[in-house]
Amino acid sequence: MAVPGEIRTNRMFMGGHKMFKKSILASVVTAFCLTSGAASAGPEAEVLHWWTSGGEAKSVAVLMEEFAANGGAWTDMPVAGGGGDAAMTALRARVLSGNAPTAVQLKGPAIQEWYEEGVLANINSVGVAQNWDELLPAAIADHMKCEGEYCAAPVNVHRVDWIWANAEVLANAGIEMPTSWAEFNAAAEKLQGMGITPLAHGGQAWQDATVFEAVALGIGGADFFRKAFIDLDEATLTSDTMVAVFDQMRIMRGFVDENFSGRDWNLATAMVINGEAGFQIMGDWAKGEFVAADKVPGKDFLCTSTPGGGFLYNVDSFAMFDVKGDNKVAGQNLLAELIMGQNFQKVFNLNKGSIPARLDVALDEFDYCARQSSYDMDVASGNGSLLPSYAHGMALRGAQAGAITDTVTAHFNSDMSSQDAVAALAKAVANSM
Amino acid sequence: MDWLQKQMPKIVLAPSFIAVIIFVYGFIAWTTYVSFTRSRLLPKYDIEGTIQYERLFDSPRWDVAMTNLAIFGILFISISMVLGLFLAILLDQKIRTEGPLRTIYLYPMALSFIVTGTAWKWILNPGLGLESVIKGLGFENFTFNWLVDSDMAIYTVVIAGVWQASGFVMALFLAGLRSVDQEIIRAAMIDGIPTKRIYSAIIIPSMAPIFLSAFIVLAHLAIKSFDLVIALTGGGPGYATDLPATYMYAMAFSRGDLGQAASSATVMMMVVIAIIVPYLYSELRSSKND
Repeated sequence: MAVPGEIRTNRMFMGGHKMFKKSILASVVTAFCLTSGAASAGPEAEVLHWWTSGGEAKSVAVLMEEFAANGGAWTDMPVAGGGGDAAMTALRARVLSGNAPTAVQLKGPAIQEWYEEGVLANINSVGVAQNWDELLPAAIADHMKCEGEYCAAPVNVHRVDWIWANAEVLANAGIEMPTSWAEFNAAAEKLQGMGITPLAHGGQAWQDATVFEAVALGIGGADFFRKAFIDLDEATLTSDTMVAVFDQMRIMRGFVDENFSGRDWNLATAMVINGEAGFQIMGDWAKGEFVAADKVPGKDFLCTSTPGGGFLYNVDSFAMFDVKGDNKVAGQNLLAELIMGQNFQKVFNLNKGSIPARLDVALDEFDYCARQSSYDMDVASGNGSLLPSYAHGMALRGAQAGAITDTVTAHFNSDMSSQDAVAALAKAVANSM
Repeated sequence: MDWLQKQMPKIVLAPSFIAVIIFVYGFIAWTTYVSFTRSRLLPKYDIEGTIQYERLFDSPRWDVAMTNLAIFGILFISISMVLGLFLAILLDQKIRTEGPLRTIYLYPMALSFIVTGTAWKWILNPGLGLESVIKGLGFENFTFNWLVDSDMAIYTVVIAGVWQASGFVMALFLAGLRSVDQEIIRAAMIDGIPTKRIYSAIIIPSMAPIFLSAFIVLAHLAIKSFDLVIALTGGGPGYATDLPATYMYAMAFSRGDLGQAASSATVMMMVVIAIIVPYLYSELRSSKND
């Protein structure tokens, strides 16, 4: 198909008859090279992802280079937009036409959902050979498995339940990083009295949900969180604890400024950086904004887990799709091996602000927030409070997570009572099944 | 050769006819079918009854979306028509600068809804736009925070929509005003009938077809409006400004709930049919009478 097109364009631009002949020759030669090249190459991989912004693109480039260094041919398929919605649409079209990409940036239960459609590949041999069971926290390894066998490879671990603060603002107000929600409320009121917005927040549904799950984990604890947002247990969803969670959300609503509606998360982070606001509750991707503004962690800005302990993770991963041809399968296995490689896990996460998924990567080059994150993950993994983030699509499927978010954001943006919110929550979850 | 000449129109039309059959009606049928299944991420083809419709009508978010469509549709259509007619009558007074003025009013229609939405998002933002400007002028008590108020946010969508569409409606009406027979108007003037009455009793009644066209154009803009909401409010605060189209998009592309998206699309189509069928009926009947 490409050859006639090329002739036509060449003719248009070159005009002369001789040139035209030459250009045919050139195109034929190019076309020949392309086909022969494809036939003899080693591992091949076509990778669908939506890491297109500065730091993220750099992170993917690392993987691309490693893949090429191992003799592989990488076909990049970045689909930007809509927080992955556009990429999922592209993926659906590719899968339905029977031509799935080799590897796709997918995470959490979405991996299982695609597995149930019968389109994922098995990379268990790589996982077993590389001893992934030992290298990954059990909770995270489970996400990478389809019926007990590896079908995806994890890239990083984002922690969602972070609270970020401007160190100078806090010092001026004479407050410490809060360790309980009561302390947080007291600190926020003090900031409000000083004319500073206590909580930098953007009124987008997913940001409301991010705050909500941090509050839920802090007030209810790990077992409550697991029952409510993983098991969707109705008694837990309608419990008094859940009412208390919504009560705290109502208090938090009073701590955001008037213009929060629709604000992007990075603009909220900028408010903390500029000292217009005291705190922000956001995953560790917010750190990149601070660092990009030349702020030093621990000195200019502070990071700590949101009050109440536990660890909410958001793990990016690549799911492997069923592909035909030895080259592609070889590419898939090579890709899986490289993704879990120590070097990639280190470089990628230094760029992206998250921490490596595998536990044996040296953290010397990481900042203190990342080391804190890694330490907390270890502790949480030990005591059963290492939990998937519901707000970031790790705990539930799209329909159920969306139903919860609908209620959370409706409550946060209106004067709905906590009792009504709890009833609406249970109803929305039942309706989404 | 004769045969070819006779068949030529059919042959020329056939490809587009087939394309329309497949890509419009075929896919409508497909979507309706999928709305009776439990499709999630990918379409499934086992009929499961009306479960998706039960879920749809049970969903508070869909309620909000339909209520918003009613509020937005009624206000958007009526305000655009009234304002458009008013502007057209003003412009019809044989004023010297009609050309430039007409262009100025018509310009918003040349913008895409995304641009309109983004511009109005900034204008209506309490901390950036109108409110802060007027506060800056010394009126400290002035508040205009509809954009962030979940009860009022849908009206900001109406404001932006009316701003965009009323100039276009004006152009339609202006053409209508000009097409009224000048002889009748002159006769009325000679009889000493006041201008107000000439408009209300002669000109406007004779423009009935223009009203219908304007209504149809605005109604379909209202029902399919999606980009305006996405750019202006993103469906927020919360989901307070969701419309059926944004609901469907969220279900199909963010939530992986194709069945639910298909059922909402089908209901949307029913709404369109409810509006279009009486129109088609009246059109067909009048053409038969001619």
